[in-house]
Amino acid sequence: MKKKLLSAVIAGFMAATPVMAELTFSALSYRTGAYGNNGIPFADGYLDYFTLLQERDGGIGGESIRVIECETAYNTEKGVECYEATKGEGVLSYSPLSTGITYQLIPKATADGIALHTMGYGRTSAKNGQIFRNVFNFPANYWDGASVGIKHLLDINNGDIKGKKVALVYHNSAYGKEPIRTLEELSKKHGYELMLLPVDHPGQEQKSQWLQIRREKPDYVLMWGWGVMNPVAIQEAVNIRYPMENFIGVWWSGSENDVLPAGDKATGYKALAFHAVNSDFPIFDDIKKYVVDTGKAAGAGDQVGTVLYNRGMYNAMLITEAARKAQEIAGKSNISQADMIKGFEALEMTDARMEELGLGGFGPSFSVSCENHGGDGMVAVAQWDAGAAKWSIVSDFQASDMSVIQPLIDEDSGAFAAENNLSPNCS
Amino acid sequence: MFYREAGDFSTTYREDSQTFPIKFDRYRYYAVLIIAFAIIPFLLNDYWVNAIFLPFLIYSIAAIGLNILTGYCGQVSLGTGGFMAVGAYATYKLMTAFPEVSMVVHILLAGGVTAFVGVLFGLPSLRIKGFYLAVATLAAQFFLVWLFNRVPWFYNYSASGQINSPERTLFGIPITGANTEPWAVYLFCLVFVTISAVVARNLTRGAMGRKWMAIRDMDIAAEIIGVNPLTAKLSAFAISSFFVGVSGALFFSVYLGAVEVGEVFGINKSFLVLFMIIIGGLGSIFGSFAGAAFLVLLPVLLKNVLVTGLGWPTDLAAHLEFMIVGFLIIVFLIVEPHGIAQLWRVAKEKLRLWPFPH
Repeated sequence: MKKKLLSAVIAGFMAATPVMAELTFSALSYRTGAYGNNGIPFADGYLDYFTLLQERDGGIGGESIRVIECETAYNTEKGVECYEATKGEGVLSYSPLSTGITYQLIPKATADGIALHTMGYGRTSAKNGQIFRNVFNFPANYWDGASVGIKHLLDINNGDIKGKKVALVYHNSAYGKEPIRTLEELSKKHGYELMLLPVDHPGQEQKSQWLQIRREKPDYVLMWGWGVMNPVAIQEAVNIRYPMENFIGVWWSGSENDVLPAGDKATGYKALAFHAVNSDFPIFDDIKKYVVDTGKAAGAGDQVGTVLYNRGMYNAMLITEAARKAQEIAGKSNISQADMIKGFEALEMTDARMEELGLGGFGPSFSVSCENHGGDGMVAVAQWDAGAAKWSIVSDFQASDMSVIQPLIDEDSGAFAAENNLSPNCS
Repeated sequence: MFYREAGDFSTTYREDSQTFPIKFDRYRYYAVLIIAFAIIPFLLNDYWVNAIFLPFLIYSIAAIGLNILTGYCGQVSLGTGGFMAVGAYATYKLMTAFPEVSMVVHILLAGGVTAFVGVLFGLPSLRIKGFYLAVATLAAQFFLVWLFNRVPWFYNYSASGQINSPERTLFGIPITGANTEPWAVYLFCLVFVTISAVVARNLTRGAMGRKWMAIRDMDIAAEIIGVNPLTAKLSAFAISSFFVGVSGALFFSVYLGAVEVGEVFGINKSFLVLFMIIIGGLGSIFGSFAGAAFLVLLPVLLKNVLVTGLGWPTDLAAHLEFMIVGFLIIVFLIVEPHGIAQLWRVAKEKLRLWPFPH
């Protein structure tokens, strides 16, 4: 009896035995905690796309798909536990949807030779693929976001923002601190004054920050927020009657869940976007037919077509396209973790391919190379209309200011290379 | 029958005052050490080390540290997370400033720095007690986290505000960074845990521990019989913070490798370690281990049973995990308010009489 119990306990700690005859992906998701309101739609979209490929096409290139979901609660310790628990199962790529967990996983995944795809988050300098061989952050990163945010301000001010005051309300973590360097450099170039307002985890208490905004009256407010911090900030902005069209969030602060609690007054709030934010694409008919109507939708199945659902789906799409590319390069359908990295590195998203997938015009076309793991950084601005309860893109997709960002990337990736005794190479 | 004093004669004072006076206990202790040092390292893989053994060992050191302060000396502290952060940032600054010095030295020095900071924040304990002291240590928690976030010097001006532990070796074997072997980091932490536990156990059995316990039980009476509250309380703060600092240093450099202070060393960490010693047993070294094991292993076990074993949705399992762990904590405290260590003590009493209880 005792032995039985012991072996049951040991079996409990061990993960299930590996099954190698299928393509295994991981979903380090979070559906609980202070970030669950944003984690749930993303995870649903991510999982539903894999389910769609499995149900409609029978997998990728004839191989069936297995996705292992693991709850991280946006917590780095749990994220590491999830990574260690799943990596032995031949997982092809990790996307932790957390900058903190990404920083943990970069050295581990590099040592294990597993690809990390951090789409629009994570360590920005991973764009330099000569040093971060297995880390990919296409199609856009935080510094692109910061740069395009400032470009948008330039556009609406006829190219001159000298002397304007720009406040950055940010999550006081690695994630929120990422854009500061870029914004500082850009302020030197364009002559605006930058004001930094950190908000501590989880972000429910922001009275003092918004009091300061009320007092100092910055012309524009940028926000790097996530989870419960977003709706609180937007509500506070409404409370102090801050002009919403001058309030711009990063793409992680631009979902329906963030603006709906503030009601009608949130109309005009802007957020950056690197993909379409509406649901008028043929792929949603397939998702409805093969996933939602068959009862296979992840979560409650009520998030289809929301901004973060779309982003999760887009992320899964890029990963599966990379897997297809890897199959093509390796010349076999059952690819290894090393093949997957090559697939990511050779990924080419063309408009024609997006059209084929039922996602024509959903995101920018770009190609990945060893030198550039970050895509072209095409970002647009979306605006919220509370009356129609809809986000819509209000600007063109435009590229970031690489003359400012590239030196920062070189500097930061160089520092990482020096810390870890790496030399840049592409072979 | 086999667990008894009878027949085990001590012929020297040394033997008479040893930690484990009962032969069976002593052999069990040696057996645990042999298994931990000579057998487990061969059975380890990355998952077992990173998900189970490292957190368990490192939290054990933190729990031993807090137990000295709260369990033995009676000074409630909610600043454990902040003191762990001091240990972590001290190692980071040391290991990046002096790469050629051994990690062992850095971690001990980090413990020393934390001891100093602990004494500083322990000063109010000479005037205030109980809940008021808890609030003062809470201030330490928030102040320290704020400080490490605010002053870029602490994180070497990195863009993300995170600290990352570069690779360092001991006898040519990497123990920090990404290319570590599971057995190496396990043994490295195990050595620290073993030494911490032995030192703490002997400190608490000696004159110093008696002074702490006198202060805990009634400080006025202790003062009257000649215990100096200044040295007793401050030594408890210093030694406790030393262990907590060592655990924070290991937590950052060996276990996580990259740390963001607000998330990793927040108030939650202080509560977690406090719960460990309450559940494990206040004023018991064994209790520190038992509490750490309970709160580190149970969530992992539940997650694996519910998600991997039964295939339930991850969010349902995560919520259930909270409920089950919370429920078990309440059950434990109702059944045995003095923690797991007391259960162990009762079991030993029963064993001593077995099989002829009277």
